[in-house]
Amino acid sequence: MKRFPYIPHTEEDIKEMMNVIGIDDIKELYKDVPKLFEGELNISESKSEIEVKRELLELSNRNANLEDYAMFRGAGIYKHYVPSAVYQLATKRNFLTAYTPYQAEVSQGTLQALYEFQTAICELTGMEVANSSMYDGGTAVAEAILMASRVNKKHKSLVAKSIHPEYIEVSRTYTESQGLEIELINYDEKTGRIDLEDLKDKIDENTSSVVISYPNFFGVIENIKRIKEVLPEKVLLIVNAYPIALGLLEAPGKLGADIVVGEGQSLGNYMSFGGPTFGFFASKQKYIRQMPGRIIGETVDADGKRGFVMVLQTREQHIRRAKATSNICSNHALMAVIASVYLSIIGREGLKEIAYQNYQKAHYLAEKLIETEKFDPVFEGEFFNEFVIKPKFDLDKFNEKLLEEKFIGPLNLGRFFDDMKNYGLFCTTELNTKEEIDYLISKVGEIDEINL
Amino acid sequence: MKMKKFTKTHEWVEVEGKNATIGITAHAAEELGDVTFVELPEEGKEVKKGEALCAVESVKSASDVYSPVSGKVIEVNTELDASPEIINEDAEGKGWIVKLELSDESELDDLLTEEEYKNSL
Repeated sequence: MKRFPYIPHTEEDIKEMMNVIGIDDIKELYKDVPKLFEGELNISESKSEIEVKRELLELSNRNANLEDYAMFRGAGIYKHYVPSAVYQLATKRNFLTAYTPYQAEVSQGTLQALYEFQTAICELTGMEVANSSMYDGGTAVAEAILMASRVNKKHKSLVAKSIHPEYIEVSRTYTESQGLEIELINYDEKTGRIDLEDLKDKIDENTSSVVISYPNFFGVIENIKRIKEVLPEKVLLIVNAYPIALGLLEAPGKLGADIVVGEGQSLGNYMSFGGPTFGFFASKQKYIRQMPGRIIGETVDADGKRGFVMVLQTREQHIRRAKATSNICSNHALMAVIASVYLSIIGREGLKEIAYQNYQKAHYLAEKLIETEKFDPVFEGEFFNEFVIKPKFDLDKFNEKLLEEKFIGPLNLGRFFDDMKNYGLFCTTELNTKEEIDYLISKVGEIDEINL
Repeated sequence: MKMKKFTKTHEWVEVEGKNATIGITAHAAEELGDVTFVELPEEGKEVKKGEALCAVESVKSASDVYSPVSGKVIEVNTELDASPEIINEDAEGKGWIVKLELSDESELDDLLTEEEYKNSL
């Protein structure tokens, strides 16, 4: 029996090939590999399908399943409801198995789904054009900074300290080798919003863009209009938006944003071990030629029938890798298709309702937690579904207690901010029931009894 | 006196005194298909002969434009920002890309004449 029955080469084939290149033993091909790695691999013998299934099931059962947990943490990735129909439709084979369409026009179904996605993103963000997705929220922010620099040929970006700290890291990585400078803008300690005086002080003739989040990492809703007012005309305002919040908040495009980006996971994608997720990217029409990635356009074919084409795709990695402005991956395009299906199922009213529930539940939780007198409020600024409060007890220990009862508690901001050790960033979504919110509050009430 | 020369990499250069106007040839524009974007260089940029001057993107490809001569960029055709299709319409006229101030006129001697370029296609 052949050891690897799926490899098509016969012994004779292999012998003939070795003859041609002048070797006697296949191992000669690997003679440059250090001795250390020679010998048999430390892997077990092959198993039957039944055995493999049992073993994998046993392994997967060791994972915690988020369905069994009450979630009070967001900070960039959120647990939202996904209607069953979303995955039924979006994971049809035609979408699921399609690789990045290189001969794009053959894949009319994929192109149409992405075209619908772009349309939805434009409506959601209030912008004129959107591309057919990015790698994730962090890279979308970084690409927006690069794009702004291409638009106004200036090289400094002022980034709010109150955007996701990991997005700042990604942006630094993207820009440091390209001669771009990133300078952080403080937040106002009272409101949690961007410190407008600090912003004004740091704007100079080299300033290309200003980056804020909406709501910001502390959950606080920035005043986009006010920020836009203090910016000189040529400085672009980049808004990193939480798409679910846009069901309730005014679209950034209507408040003066020039580029709107964000993490799209909340739109019908599950939280899945950190990925894949996808980023969305929209801007004003006049900047379209500086936009990264690919855009799907609508046209007519030779017979006058409606069709879709990929335009401005040449700045993407598959044509000029070294000079690409973006790196889009097949699976991330699938995530965008999922978002497209999600938004079409949820609809305008549905999104409004979801956003409303997120808002209401977070405000109920915040109010009740403060009432326990075991927390100090931190920021005065209005928030959406996340808020920062400061417990008068050890947050990490409290979170450990909660986890034992299958509750995932707030994020300890000390992980990202030295001056915010033991500050908790709480989050609720439409999936938090009143019962679990009340239970969490009762747990705080018991804190004196819990030996922290 | 004006003089027009060509490169094997499908650029043209028209020289008048110290000034050289550069673009891509009509043949190149036709081969590229619909031009969707021209990544223009900044004024003041110094380029060496044979170096990538800028890039022209079409629907299906992106190509570097190599400088036929060395010099300093003194003007760029900013109309291409909004209307890159001018290159398809008039590659060797209104579709010019940059103007350089020549730093070494002798470099022109190595370039192709119109006839030599046409024969090379």
